[in-house]
Amino acid sequence: MLKYFLKRLIGIIPILFFVSIFIFLFVHMIPGDPARLVAGQDASLADVQAVQRELGLDKPLYTQYAEFVKNIVQGDFGLSLKTKRPVFDEIAARFMPTFWLTFWSMIWAVLFGLVVGVFSATKRNKWQDYLGMFGAVSGISLPSFWLGLMLIQLFAVNLGWLPTGGMDSWKSYILPSITLGAGVAAVIARFSRSSLMEVMKEDYIRTGRAKGLKENKVVWGHALKNSMIPVVTMAGLQFGFLLGGSIVIETVFSWPGLGRLLIDSVSFRDYPVIQAEMLLFALEFILINLFVDLLYGVLNPQIRYE
Amino acid sequence: MAEKILEIKNLQTHFTSDSGVVKAVDGVTITVNKGETVGVVGESGCGKSVTSLSVMRLLKDTPGKIVGGTIEFEGKNLEAISEKEMRLIRGNEIAMIFQEPMTSLNPVYKIGRQIAEAVQLHLKYDKRQAREHAINMLKLVGIPRAEEIVDEFPYQLSGGMRQRVMIAMAMACKPKLLIADEPTTALDVTIQAQILDLMRKLSKEGDTAIMLITHDLGVVAEMCDRVVVMYAGKVVEEADVFTIFENPKHPYTEGLLYSVPKLGQKVDRLDSIPGNVPTPSNMPEGCKFAPRCPKVMDICRQQDPDLLLIDKEHTCRCWLYQNSEVLEV
Ligand SMILES: Nc1ncnc2c1ncn2[C@@H]1O[C@H](COP(=O)(O)OP(=O)(O)OP(=O)(O)O)[C@@H](O)[C@H]1O
Ligand SMILES: [Mg+2]
Repeated sequence: MLKYFLKRLIGIIPILFFVSIFIFLFVHMIPGDPARLVAGQDASLADVQAVQRELGLDKPLYTQYAEFVKNIVQGDFGLSLKTKRPVFDEIAARFMPTFWLTFWSMIWAVLFGLVVGVFSATKRNKWQDYLGMFGAVSGISLPSFWLGLMLIQLFAVNLGWLPTGGMDSWKSYILPSITLGAGVAAVIARFSRSSLMEVMKEDYIRTGRAKGLKENKVVWGHALKNSMIPVVTMAGLQFGFLLGGSIVIETVFSWPGLGRLLIDSVSFRDYPVIQAEMLLFALEFILINLFVDLLYGVLNPQIRYE
Repeated sequence: MAEKILEIKNLQTHFTSDSGVVKAVDGVTITVNKGETVGVVGESGCGKSVTSLSVMRLLKDTPGKIVGGTIEFEGKNLEAISEKEMRLIRGNEIAMIFQEPMTSLNPVYKIGRQIAEAVQLHLKYDKRQAREHAINMLKLVGIPRAEEIVDEFPYQLSGGMRQRVMIAMAMACKPKLLIADEPTTALDVTIQAQILDLMRKLSKEGDTAIMLITHDLGVVAEMCDRVVVMYAGKVVEEADVFTIFENPKHPYTEGLLYSVPKLGQKVDRLDSIPGNVPTPSNMPEGCKFAPRCPKVMDICRQQDPDLLLIDKEHTCRCWLYQNSEVLEV
């Protein structure tokens, strides 16, 4: 099994290589000239060309790509066009806020979603189920900027319990992680409900009951683990998306994360930053995928890694 | 007079759906005495499984409901006790083995844990004792390498081995009654014989009564003391095993005996009686077997006969024996 995962880890390299080509081409297709932005709106054509030369933008695309890859391999992601600071530092500073916000959002959302899903599944077509699924539909359909603003209005402005934004203490995490996790909790609730309902029809559930186990034990002990594979898959995907940083939520809560860095860099055509961010997203997805595969093996002993 | 352990009287279990009520079990009376093996036979869909699930009160999660009759276990009315009391009986005093050995074990837990679970619950063993007991049970049901198998997962075992594990699990708490719902139907012939031998041996040793549900009259002949024949949710005949084979009274039982397959031939269903089992939506008036009965009379199509005592410990639900003493209405 260890061998399998080493192989998978090594397999990341060619994937990242292909991804880098797409990212590079994509970024260079964004309309707008970064040299013009760097030089300033009223710079002369000569100035703009000087900047282009300085940034290597005058060279053919494949040369630019080759240099891009060469630098990355050496751990050099270049300088931000906007701040002139190393891209690596820019991203590192923004990564942790997004990571922790995502992490706490995922924790509560997965646990809460799971509990709601299980209750809905076991109280099928009773009021608990309707309430849970009403909550889930709301969680999916409420726009997060609206939910975020409502929470700020209530808990920060009216009640004054929590800060309106920023990242100063643990209190700052509460509102943004509720906002960010609402959609995830809803998705997890729906997935775990439908998956668990399928599992509850299985013969081994009847065996569990015939042994004299309490219904709770049958559900949480025997059914839940069997119903987890689709849920884990979904949670992994959501985690990957959220790690990219939510532009809306980071803007609403003035959160210094990757989402805001991304819109800043896109609007400035700060392509070294954009490229590095996209590469990071790709890497995150690949790693999460690997982790999810590992969990499959834990959940289902029949899955073998070869 | 033998001591009764299970007494099902006039049980009625109905399924309600949008398209109407299905009377899956509609007047079933079965008595199982201490240590005895009673066979319950009948064609597919006649309500055998629903009867056993009714006894175990495992109809939750289905649209099925017990609407009439009583089920007494050791004199205790199982319909009247609380869910908590029922849990103390399930897996402990009444154990059950199912038709589907491939899917009746939880795929994500080790064999040993699944056996130990009931043992810890009912016999109050600690983890280590329960594991020890699980290994002993696996040995008892003839599983080789029991010490290793406890730590294996169900997918690593064949169907026959899994059914042995199910038996080990069912017998682990020394139940007084084992309900075996077609325990060998899904297995091939040689394995079938081994499993039956094992059940017979264990029931002798532990003085466990068995309610053995089956399609297979060969199995009945080999295993049972008494036989209950069911048709379309009703008991149509009951007698000791010799009487059923030597002197069957109900035309349906006679039909079943004609259709007994040759030795060793495997059948999943008894369908060699001409005609089909009536569907719930298309239940005939009068006797449910009348449309297929070779001895049908006018009255059979008008009124359902009662289950009558026609001889010593021999009951039959048929107009041919209408002059007999009424057993039950
Ligand atoms: N979950 C259910 N929902 C609706 N109807 C059901 C359900 N389970 C059983 N029934 C009805 O009960 C009838 C009897 O079913 P049962 O499973 O007891 O038959 P059986 O005698 O065990 O047949 P087999 O030999 O095929 O196992 C079926 O014909 C079906 O109409
Ligand atoms: Mg059945």
